[in-house]
Amino acid sequence: MVAIPAPASLVPVRPGVFELPKDVRPGMRVPVRVYGTEELVAAMDDQVFIQAANVATLPGIVDASLVMPDAHWGYGFPIGGVAAMDPDTGVISPGGIGFDINCGMRLVRTDLVWSELEPHLERLVEALAARVPAGTGRRGFVRVDEDGFREVLRDGAVWAVRAGYGEPADLAYTESHGRYPNADPDAVSERAIERGRHQIGTLGSGNHYLEIQVVRDAGVHDARLARAFGLDRPEQVVVMFHCGSRGFGHQVASDYLRQFLKLMPTRWGLPVLERDLACAPFRSDEGQAYFRAMSCAANMSLANRQVILHRIREVFSDVFGRSAEELGIRTVYDVAHNNARLERLPAPGGGERILLVHRKGATRSLPPGHPELPDAYRETGQPVIIGGSMETGSYLLAGMSTGAESFYSTAHGSGRTMSRTQARKRVHGRHLARRMAERGIVVRAASWAGLAEEAGFAYKSVEAVAEATEVAGLSRRVAHLVPVGNVKG
Amino acid sequence: MSEGRPEATFSFVEGPTSDLTVEARGPTPAAVFAAATDALLAATIASPERLGTSVRRRVAFEEPTLELLLLRWLDEWIYLRDAEQLLMRAASVAVTRAAAQGGAAGEGAEAGWRLEAELAGEPIDAAHELLTDVKAPTAHGLRVAETAGGWEARVTLDV
Repeated sequence: MVAIPAPASLVPVRPGVFELPKDVRPGMRVPVRVYGTEELVAAMDDQVFIQAANVATLPGIVDASLVMPDAHWGYGFPIGGVAAMDPDTGVISPGGIGFDINCGMRLVRTDLVWSELEPHLERLVEALAARVPAGTGRRGFVRVDEDGFREVLRDGAVWAVRAGYGEPADLAYTESHGRYPNADPDAVSERAIERGRHQIGTLGSGNHYLEIQVVRDAGVHDARLARAFGLDRPEQVVVMFHCGSRGFGHQVASDYLRQFLKLMPTRWGLPVLERDLACAPFRSDEGQAYFRAMSCAANMSLANRQVILHRIREVFSDVFGRSAEELGIRTVYDVAHNNARLERLPAPGGGERILLVHRKGATRSLPPGHPELPDAYRETGQPVIIGGSMETGSYLLAGMSTGAESFYSTAHGSGRTMSRTQARKRVHGRHLARRMAERGIVVRAASWAGLAEEAGFAYKSVEAVAEATEVAGLSRRVAHLVPVGNVKG
Repeated sequence: MSEGRPEATFSFVEGPTSDLTVEARGPTPAAVFAAATDALLAATIASPERLGTSVRRRVAFEEPTLELLLLRWLDEWIYLRDAEQLLMRAASVAVTRAAAQGGAAGEGAEAGWRLEAELAGEPIDAAHELLTDVKAPTAHGLRVAETAGGWEARVTLDV
């Protein structure tokens, strides 16, 4: 491993953007570009820069290896790393995507306001915890056999809506319209299918959660964009949840990681710089097979979030005695974090180019006017969701035209500053739940230890991250969302 | 924390911020592998020492290197947890040199390594206090090596 003195060798480019030149380690094909304020960048672990420099050596990488403002030390890529490859000469890397493939966030608006919700908050959180299974080994209510699960893998949220779990309109407000087109179940192992097929409609654990939030007046940064995104009344109640492709995606990643590690030095003559940067040429049979399997996992995650939305609608409808439609429960947007997609992007000299964009712990952030956006968001840009800690809240933002430089990518969360073990040493989950209750946040956790790991002090300031993305021109703030109820996976 | 079998131990050490890094030590690769799944069990439930042994499973597989063998072994444990809802402990593990492998087996490919093991445990139920849902073993800093005092392994788990 090559030591990189950072951030001393970072060159300021403009406010909120730094660059690590491509001569800081041998083999770099492009520089590293770091987005963030001086404070955020100074607080990043040195490993972030080392890992981003390693990513810069990957074949086919174009422009720069990117680091988002919430980045922290990961495996392979840093979490908060983005790399775009020329699909004809470049590689696809499971370490640039992560094990929880297409893990993502969905934001759901309601017509309810805080005063209507407050008397029902405890009951609502209890019911959500009961109806949306969370934690280790929990199975969902959806029963599909192996062939049925293959349909889920092919069609994602489109399958879910076809099966009665949601509205066609939900698909318009989901990335890729709820379905990754390249999915091929023949590219996934039987083990992956067996591991994942019982988990549709489950949150999982770690940093996965389902949260009831309120948009306070003081938290609205851009009232026009907020209205366009369906946040149109004072003290409005919204629901946000974060989960992924569960054991299925983890197994797909594990299967291909092992395969690529075996084949890299012999079949493709690729050096294994770091084992967790294992990769395959995108155009190779194995690279294409992984791309198709990863797309299946993305579809599993989209189906999972769509089924969870269906459960949320059922719970709200039961508790308030009105239909989900009458309650105005609609998807604002569903964004994903861990994936690689072929995307049409502006070329530096004009025109367009198609690149394979890896985002690991980063969010796509399309600008106003982008053809992939639904009509309702054509003028606003894509809604972007940055999830903060369960104590400090989250942000809704919008994509900006200036984001072309980052392949239209932005931050995904507030970024851990402390390991899970350290967090558990600092607070007991039971104590944390009490502290949150005193501040008006009702929490139900699958495990006390898991709750402690997600304490607010283990994360960077979500305000600082959201602001940094705006300063750098990646995404603009629309509204701060304040948690009042949390189901922790 | 450092615990495990009389002949092998594991500990959770600092690693990538979001993940869980395990170091396991023992007199043989087999002992180290058994300690690594003990670590998985300890990450997953409180009081792993109370785990029953009503269910048994046998596994056997080969990989070209000890590191890949360890990844596959941990992956097997996680698969049993998700697909069969089983929490397991290694009852017996044997790690031996495998017969030569053909094809593109990669570094150290000529001989390869074979693992044969019996796992014993019980189905997940409400009596288990569940802690962490380990997603997968990663290749970050992955190491299985002989040391002056025996063998040691390091693996980072995505949680």
